[in-house]
Amino acid sequence: MSLNFIAALLYLFLYAPLAVVIVYSFNAARFGAGWSGFTTKWYGALWENSLALSATKNTLLLAVSSTAIATVLGTMLGYGMNRFRFPGKALFGWFLYVPVFIPDIVMAVAMLLFYSLLRKWCSLFELGLTTMILAHVTFQIPFVAIVVRSRLVGLDPALEEAAGDLGANEWQTFRHVTLPLILPGIVAGGMLAFTLSLDDFVVSFFTSGPGATTLPILIYSSVKRGITPDINALSTLIVLASIAGTVVVTLLQRTKKV
Amino acid sequence: MQEKLVVPPGSETEKQSRNEPEVYAIQAENLVRRFGDVEALSHVSVSIRKGEFFSLLGPSGCGKTTLLRIIAGLDHCDEGILKIAGRDATQIPAHKRPVNTVFQSYALFPHLSVRDNVAFGLRMKKVAIEEITKRVERIMALVEITAFAERRPGQLSGGQKQRVALARALVNEPEVLLLDEPLGALDLKLRKQLQVELSQLQRRLGITFIFVTHDQEEALVMSDRIAVMNAGKIEQLDGVEDLYERPRTRFVAQFLGSCNLVEGVVREVTGAVASVQTTMGDLRVEIGDATRKVCVGEKITLAIRPEKMHFNSKVAENQVKAVVRDSIYSGAETQYRLEAGERMLNACALNSRVGSQGLNVGETVLVHLPADALIILND
Repeated sequence: MSLNFIAALLYLFLYAPLAVVIVYSFNAARFGAGWSGFTTKWYGALWENSLALSATKNTLLLAVSSTAIATVLGTMLGYGMNRFRFPGKALFGWFLYVPVFIPDIVMAVAMLLFYSLLRKWCSLFELGLTTMILAHVTFQIPFVAIVVRSRLVGLDPALEEAAGDLGANEWQTFRHVTLPLILPGIVAGGMLAFTLSLDDFVVSFFTSGPGATTLPILIYSSVKRGITPDINALSTLIVLASIAGTVVVTLLQRTKKV
Repeated sequence: MQEKLVVPPGSETEKQSRNEPEVYAIQAENLVRRFGDVEALSHVSVSIRKGEFFSLLGPSGCGKTTLLRIIAGLDHCDEGILKIAGRDATQIPAHKRPVNTVFQSYALFPHLSVRDNVAFGLRMKKVAIEEITKRVERIMALVEITAFAERRPGQLSGGQKQRVALARALVNEPEVLLLDEPLGALDLKLRKQLQVELSQLQRRLGITFIFVTHDQEEALVMSDRIAVMNAGKIEQLDGVEDLYERPRTRFVAQFLGSCNLVEGVVREVTGAVASVQTTMGDLRVEIGDATRKVCVGEKITLAIRPEKMHFNSKVAENQVKAVVRDSIYSGAETQYRLEAGERMLNACALNSRVGSQGLNVGETVLVHLPADALIILND
């Protein structure tokens, strides 16, 4: 009984703020917490808002491209860490975790400084979408690598031996046996990287330049001028997109198993 | 011609062609494999004939699986030469060797259907699609797995997985099929059934089988020849009957079946017969192995199988007086613990009569140890 109560309370704290945002996105009142009638005009206004549209575009572009790069590199790293012996491997394995537990703000400041140093030699490091993608890839790689590596650890080595025994060379073994078997790990790592990129504020904020505003940055700068209903509408859309994404992934996994 | 010829061991053809390299599927010379300081294989040499069912038998850690993995190319040897079908294969990687393996854990690909598992090897070798379909269907019919060809390995029973693993290897028509304790995970009844099926299949296909097992009975039932391994060495390599009837070392005598060991000193040698002094009295021993030199005064160990001893028979020589201390009735036969002098002997007798059998506990009997059943061991 009391456990149910605690659980209910937990869900309340989790979802009540989201519910408030969703409800207020339909509030006709421009300012304040008073309710003055139901409207969907803020959603219409959002469509007209070129800043919000370009921020959405940037966010997706950033998340998709950084995830694609990080998934490939992270998978290769995870595979290499699992398969090869090299001096300093244990230390390197430990370093892999550093970006995971280091505070975002430290990473962000470090990268800002690093890029400003590099900018002296190479214009590629001008703050903007490129530096943001680079920064996101940097913090995404360890997550992908760790997930992929743990999947590889659970893989029966006899399976790859069997492939070799049956005449598959190293590439064929990877392509037809290893890759399909670790694919769930790669997908999970990629999903993790994607969500991390999507809701990252700190690193994006420090490494973004003019014209490279993402949704979290847009929301943050708008909120400074007071919470407006169109921000609520935007947030609601993001929540819906997240739920849709989760449902799609769950369905995908379910069909995979059968 | 020679390629497909199945040569029964011991036959005339086999004896004539013994020195020609074509008759050997595998020739290993002085193979050494070290893991750190431990020699998993120490100077192992073995020649395995084409078309024979060859078993590597030994306790766990004796090096039998290491030898198998070196033949498969899944492990390398630190010294020595390995030839497959007469060609030096020491440096050839696993995927280019004309051998296939049935793994202990089966190692079926969980993401592929049974049919795709079986077709895997041929696809990797880029065999034409019609050819693949034909060969896959044929082998699936042969090992009777066609009924569940569309299933995934996760949906199969142990025995079914075993057949799929066999089909997946055999479809490639290897020179040699390597089997790494493939029946170890199955229950006794299924194991017995598959033992028979496997040896029938091997005879039908004429492919060389190298079978690794720690189960001596399994090895005896299935093999043409057996190499008994211990501590990285081959203790004895012989046909099944010779191996059982004439074990050469203490290890082989006790690992394969059971044996009574009797220590003694040679008192006299006349021709092929030695007189050996033991705590049970003097025993006449026929020196079965012509290569074994026996000298007067030498300390030797004799071995005798429990079923080779006879009770209260009317023979004058090699009679030992013993007291029955224990008897274990097990249906077809009864095992006895006999006390002869200061030592215990294990004997067994077939319960061939109707009604009450054999000897009673506490009874004194005369045990006959036939001169030709006493084996002189080399250690």
